[in-house]
Formats: sequence, structure tokens, C-alpha cells
Amino acid sequence: MPRTGPGTAAKRTLVWLGALTALLAILLGAGSYWSTASWSPRLALDLEGGTQMILAPRVQDGSEITPEQLDQAVEIIRQRVDGSGVAEAEINTQSGQNVIVSLPGTPDAQTRDLIQASAQMEFRPVLAGGPGQAAAAETPTPDDQLPKPAAEPQNASDPNWITPELYKEFEALDCLDPAALEPAEEPAPADQPMVACEPDSQGKYILGPVEVPGTDISTASYGLQRGAQGQSLNTWAVTIDFNDEGTDTFRTVTERLYAIGQGDPRNQFAIVLDGRIVSAPTTNAVIPDGNPQISGNFTEESAAALAEQLKYGALPISFEIQSEQQISATLGADQLRLGLIAGLIGLLLVAVYSMFQYRLLGLVTIASLVVAGILTYLAICILGWTENYRLSLAGVAGLIVAIGQTADSFIVYFERIRDELRDGRGLVSAVENGWRRAKRTVLASKAVNLLAALVLYFVAVGNVRGFAFTLGLTAIADLVVVFLFTHPVLRLLARTKFFGEGHPWSGLDPSRLGGIPLYRGAGRLREPGEKPVVVARAKNKGATAEAERRMTIAERRRAEQQKALAGRTGSSAVGSSVAQDAEPAIDRAEPAVAGRTGSRAARTGSSVAGRTGSSQKETNE
Amino acid sequence: MSRTSFATFGNELYSGKRSYPFVAKRNLWFLIAGIALLISILIPVVKGGFNLGIDFRGGSEFTVSATENTDVAIGERAVTDVVTDAVPRVTNIAADTMRIQTERLSDDETLSVRDNLVSGYGVDEDQVTSSFVGPTWGEDVSRQALIGFGVFVFLAAVLMAIYFRTWKMALAAMAALVVVMVVTAGLYSLSDFEVTPSAIIGFLTILSYALYDTVVVFDKIRENTADITISTKRTFAEQVNLAVNQTLVRSINTSVVAILPVASILFIGAFLLGAGTLQDLSLALFIGIILGTLGTIFIAAPLYAALRLNEPELKKQEKKVLARRTLEAAAV
Repeated sequence: MPRTGPGTAAKRTLVWLGALTALLAILLGAGSYWSTASWSPRLALDLEGGTQMILAPRVQDGSEITPEQLDQAVEIIRQRVDGSGVAEAEINTQSGQNVIVSLPGTPDAQTRDLIQASAQMEFRPVLAGGPGQAAAAETPTPDDQLPKPAAEPQNASDPNWITPELYKEFEALDCLDPAALEPAEEPAPADQPMVACEPDSQGKYILGPVEVPGTDISTASYGLQRGAQGQSLNTWAVTIDFNDEGTDTFRTVTERLYAIGQGDPRNQFAIVLDGRIVSAPTTNAVIPDGNPQISGNFTEESAAALAEQLKYGALPISFEIQSEQQISATLGADQLRLGLIAGLIGLLLVAVYSMFQYRLLGLVTIASLVVAGILTYLAICILGWTENYRLSLAGVAGLIVAIGQTADSFIVYFERIRDELRDGRGLVSAVENGWRRAKRTVLASKAVNLLAALVLYFVAVGNVRGFAFTLGLTAIADLVVVFLFTHPVLRLLARTKFFGEGHPWSGLDPSRLGGIPLYRGAGRLREPGEKPVVVARAKNKGATAEAERRMTIAERRRAEQQKALAGRTGSSAVGSSVAQDAEPAIDRAEPAVAGRTGSRAARTGSSVAGRTGSSQKETNE
Repeated sequence: MSRTSFATFGNELYSGKRSYPFVAKRNLWFLIAGIALLISILIPVVKGGFNLGIDFRGGSEFTVSATENTDVAIGERAVTDVVTDAVPRVTNIAADTMRIQTERLSDDETLSVRDNLVSGYGVDEDQVTSSFVGPTWGEDVSRQALIGFGVFVFLAAVLMAIYFRTWKMALAAMAALVVVMVVTAGLYSLSDFEVTPSAIIGFLTILSYALYDTVVVFDKIRENTADITISTKRTFAEQVNLAVNQTLVRSINTSVVAILPVASILFIGAFLLGAGTLQDLSLALFIGIILGTLGTIFIAAPLYAALRLNEPELKKQEKKVLARRTLEAAAV
């Protein structure tokens, strides 16, 4: 068999496909060896078991939530969940509206409350401060030396707020213990003092009652600090912008704190979010204009983070549980197992059906599906690793549904090849011509699929997204497989003796397809002895009517002459040969198409005989 | 049907020897489609709306799996013992699976009901799952789905109009799509399955599948009718009809191949899994794939032919074809 151009091209394409698959496999292998990738897809909660809560953030003033606020909300929930010691919690946003919290197992009531609670930001003056560790158990301050309030506190900075109980609590607080950094489950009442840790410096403080609520912040920003001459210094600072009420209160507060003088902890005020101190700056000046600037050892990132947190304080977000689902791990595993069984049975049925329809050509379908499956599997594993994509039950359903749509590309292609064979082409050229036509159809129809997947992915929420994602992924895998596997394989198969000669089991047997290949590719002609016998057969009414419409060669010649008189001969002949007419008997003998006349005429001559020949076979079986 | 005769069937369809009058009898198909549409709209009206799942109503749901005891009363008692005025809906959704739905319960109530179910049905703790859905959740899902539907239909119509270079194909495809969607919804309502977010996923997939199927057949029509004005062999309607017939084998094969996995989920789902994500999804798909295939053949293609038949150029071409036939008939 000669190594022709298309054959080597086909082999090269297959090598490319092999390289692509190997590349994905190596990527995943390397990922699982050096990183957190795994050879099995990451499973979503409904398959793995656990609890999923969908929370709708609600902004206090009822306005729409902005993307920044949503990110902030996710950050807050993440801190709360991590603080509560739940491992492997996942917090995502959904279509710019909701926050999804996925937890393994069942969360206790405490965790649930914590997640739902709305966060409060407040400004409190510092009453006392100290290093973060708890006083040694054996050396607490004796009871009689505990500070006792001498009088009713006059203002929020008054040390008379410190009661013996509060001081004991302060001493016992160990800010080095991660548990103490948990957000408070029940925030201290606004008009009462509290103790709190500052996570960054690991210091602890006794704080007075709330002086400025976070809602008094209009906005906050960060940037490089300006020097006295307005020149840019190389230090980062955060600027708060209070509203009118906040400006007034904050001026009063800073007047008092500034008067206390630096060096006294009571000069500091604390910005408290969720019971934790975000920042506890000292007061270096009275701020009359409501635009305090916080400077210190900020990096650009920490300045940005503080500014974000302050902005969040301006509009506290509360969370409303939209849905909550607890799925036991066994139920999830059961569903996955049965889903996979269903998929396998489906795949098996598809295999049986394609073998029935396409004989050994069906093997190409099955092999293509397997290759598409491998590519999809690798892609899902890699996306699970890099994008944290998790396969849900809806995703599994998407994969199973995709079997049909993927197989359709092959069916469209095979049917086109058969159509070409019916026109009497040899297999090699039928594959090439069929591919040219099928390619367009496959591309156009897959574009519809991809469009659907994209629209669903970007518009829809929840389960629908996972489904759309697998649908899109399989559409791409399908295109890759049709172009890089199915077509090259068919090109190669067309050159084998088994398929090329149209073995009855190949699924491409021209005599069964009604095409009569005189020219069988590879320079071989049909043996005259094979010429089938014409057998007249009772025909159905429709077929008879159709036959009546047909013409003999003589009739056609006459018709052509008449048409020629009308001056349209040329266009008619060209037109019909381009338009892929289904009846070779009418136009294939047209001498107007130069160069191929001989074989066409011969083919047409045997056409009727051949077709009846196949009907004879049919009656014999 | 043996393979040989199926192949012959394909051959005859291809050559035009065997031909089904999809285009010629179009008024009959349109009439049937119209009646089906009407019935599909009437079914939910008569039944008093769709059987909305808990995701759309809001409330608490418990599922007890792998239980030997399927007594409905146990489930009802489990809820009423905790919340006396609750009206639980207890359903035996699969051979060994019970589903208990009730109004929204508080956390403590949920835990107590769970405990009651565990002891009542004599199962392990992890065989009982609970979920709570806020009443707006399903609305959010379906609102987004509707937006997705609109955006997709619009973009797909534009895509088709550009690809096929005629808006009439896009229009015909969309008309068929609407019929498919409405009738699928009607049949779904008839089945009394719950409308869940998964079912919505199913509907959206049908959208994609039905249009996909139409594009494949339309591509063949485009091919067959590309040079229609300079050919006198067949009229436009005949050429469209031939295209549908020529792709009939592909339509049958594709829908069978697409249906097999879906059917396998549907029936395995029904007998083994209980009503879950996969079952409502696959029911919607099962109906939709069949209807989508039929919609392309019986509505989209004939409607496209009907839309274009009155174009002056095609009228002229039809006259020429008929004239040629008369001439030939006379010559014989």
C-alpha cells in the first residue's frame, strides 16, 4: 500500500493527539507528585457528603450588594469558619449574589449561628493594654489589688469602667491561643466595656463602650503617606472618611484621647470587627474634619486590607440562609456509584447500538468515545487541581448526557461517508469528501452546544453551573476527538483492505449502501464477473412513482438538448453536479464535466443493476 | 429490522426512492403541533399548576434512605411530635427511601425530627439527610434560568441567521424550539414529577439539544438548496424534503444514541436511586430529546420550506421544474 499524503498526515495528527493526552497526563502526574493534584476528580458536596449552605448577604440599607462587598462578606465568613476550627471548609460566591459555604460533616449549632451572624464594626477607646499572653495561673493579681471602680464612669475612656471581673477576664485572656482569635459569638453590648485581642501584634486590650459605630464611616481608602510639604513619603497609610455625625463624634473622641497624651494606652482607640481588634492606633492629633489617617508599619497589602475592612464597616452585611442541605457521605457515595453504573450501562447500550448500525465502524465510535472520555477525565482532574472544580451529581449527569451528543458527531460523519459511497465514490475519496461536508455541520452544531454551555455557565446559579461546565467541556473534548482522532483513524482505515474493499462487516460495504464503486480506490477496478444480476422486484407505490420520474439516457439527452435550446445547458450541468444530487442516473453521465466522463458514464451504466443487486441480496437473506 | 434492510432504508431515503412527505403534509404536522401546544398549556392549568419541588416552595426536607420500614405514619408522627400544627408530606419515593417534607423548621426542631426519624425508622444517623430551602432559592434559580433561556435563544438565533445567511431558518428553528419546550413542560407536568432545579437544568439542556439537532438537519438543507435557483430537478419544497429524508437515518441513530444513556439514568434512577438530581433531570431530557428530534423533522424543516415558498424567485423556479416535468411527460 503506498504511503500517500493523507495517510502520513493522518498519522501525524494521531501523534499530536497522543502528545496532547500525554501532556495532560504528565501535567496531572507532576501535579499529584509535587502538588495537591489527584488522579481522581474532586467531588462536590452532594457526592462527598457534608453540609452546604447558601447565604444571601443583605446590606443594611437594602441596597444591592457590590462585588467588593461580596468579597468582603466571603472573607468575613471564611475567618469565622476557619476560626471555629472546621477544616476544609469552602466558601465561594455564586453569580455575584450569594455566598456558598460547604462544610464536610454536619456543623454544630454554634458554627451555624456564627456563620449567619451579621458582623459589626465599631470604634472603642482603649482602657488598658498589655502583652497577649495570659498571666501565669499561679500569679494572678490578688483579689484585693484588683482595680475597683471608684465612681460612675464619666466618659468612654474612664478607667472606672474596669470592674474586678473584667480585669480577671483580661488577665485570663490568652491571645496566643488561636481559639481566642475566634470572632466573638455574642458581641459585647455597645454600651459595655469588653476585652479583645489584636491578632497582628498579639496584644490584648480592655476596651471602653462603643463611641463611633462603623456605619458612620462613609468610605475608606489607602495610599502613600504625604509629608508636610505634600511630597509622597514611602510609607502606606489608610484614610477614613466619616459622615457628618461620625466627624462630630470622632472630633470629640480625639480631643479627649489626644489630651490623655502619648505613652498612655488610653491614648489609643481600637477598631473592632466581629469582636476582634482590626487595628488599635494611637491618637497623634485632634481630627476635626472627619478624615483621620492611620499610619504605621503598613505594607501596600495590609493597608489595602484595612481599607477594605473599614469600607465594610460602613455597610454591615447580614446573611440570610437561602438553602441548607445536609448530605450523608454514604448517600453521596451511593448516588455517585449508581450514577456511574447508569452511565456505564448507557455507554454499553450505545456501543451495542453502534456495532449494530455500523458494524466494525462502530468500534471507531467506541474508541472515539473512550478517547473523549480520557481527555475529559484528565481535564476534570486538572481543573479540580488548578481551579478547584468539583464534580457534582449534576455534572455527572452532564457527562452522561454528553455521550449522546458526542457520538452524534461520529454519526453525522459516518452518514456523510455513506452518502458519498452511495454516490459511487471510492472509500478514500468518500472519507475526504464526507469529512469536508461533515466538518461544517459538526462545527456549526457544536457552536450551538458551546453557546448553550457558556450562556448557562455565566447566567445560571448553583447546580446548573456544574452541569453547564461539563457540557461545555465535553463539547470541546468532542471537537478535539473528531478532528484529531476519528477523522485520521478513518483516513487510515480507508486504506486498509478490510474497509477499503467494503467488507460486509466493515459497515461501509458499498453494495449494501447502494453505491456501485467501479473504482475502488488504490487503482483497483471491479471485476466484471461481480456484476450483479438485475432482478425485478415488486416495488412500493412511492418508489414506482419515483421511478417514473427517472429518465433513460436517451430521454435525458433529449431534455438536455431542449435545455440547451433555452440557453441554460452549462449552468444546469454545473449546478447539478455541485449540488450533490442523489440520483447519479440523471446527471453523472453528463459529458459537460470534462475529465471524469468515462468513469462516470460507466458508473451510471451499472448503477441500476447494482442497486437492484443489493435488493436481491436483501430478498435472499 | 435487520441491518441490511436498515441500510437499504437509508439508501432509499438517500436516493429519494423512499420518501416521507414531511414538507408536503406540513399543515397536518402544524395542526398536530398546535393541538399538542394547546393541550400542554391546558394540562398545568387543569392540574392547578406544576408540582413544585421544595426548592420553589421553601421548607424543610428529610430523606431516609435504605430503610426497611416504609410506613408513612412514622414520618408524619416524627414531625407532628415536634411541631404539633405541622402538615408534613411523607412520600415513599423509591423502594426503600422515604421523603418527609414540611414547612420550615428551626434548628432545634430539625434536630429533634431527625432523631425521631432515626429511631422511628430504625436506621443509622447517616441514613437521614436533612435540608432546608428558603422560598426565594428556587425563584432565584428559575429567574436566572429564564434569563439564560432568553440570552441563549437570542444569541443562537443570531448565530444561525449568520451561519445560514437567512433569518427564516433561525425563525423556523425557534418556532420548533418553543413547541418542543412547551410540550415537554406539559408532559412533565402530566407525569406529576416535582419541578426541581435539576428539572430546570434538564429543560435548558433540551434547549441546546433541540437546536443542535435542528442545525444538523438545516445544514443538509442548506447544502441541498444551495443552487436551487439554477436547478430544475426538484422544487424547493422537494429539495427540503429530500434533505430531511436523507438525514433521517442520522436523526434516528442520534436520538437513539442520546436516549440510551438518559433512559438508563431514568430507569436506574427510578428503581435504585430514588428521586434525586438524576431522575427529574433525565425525565425532562428523555421527553425533550424525543420531541426535539421530532420537532426538527416535523416542524422546523417544513416551516422553513413554508416560509420561503412564496419567494418570487422560488416560485419561478417551481414553475420551471413543473414545466420541465410536463415536457418530459409529453416526450415519453
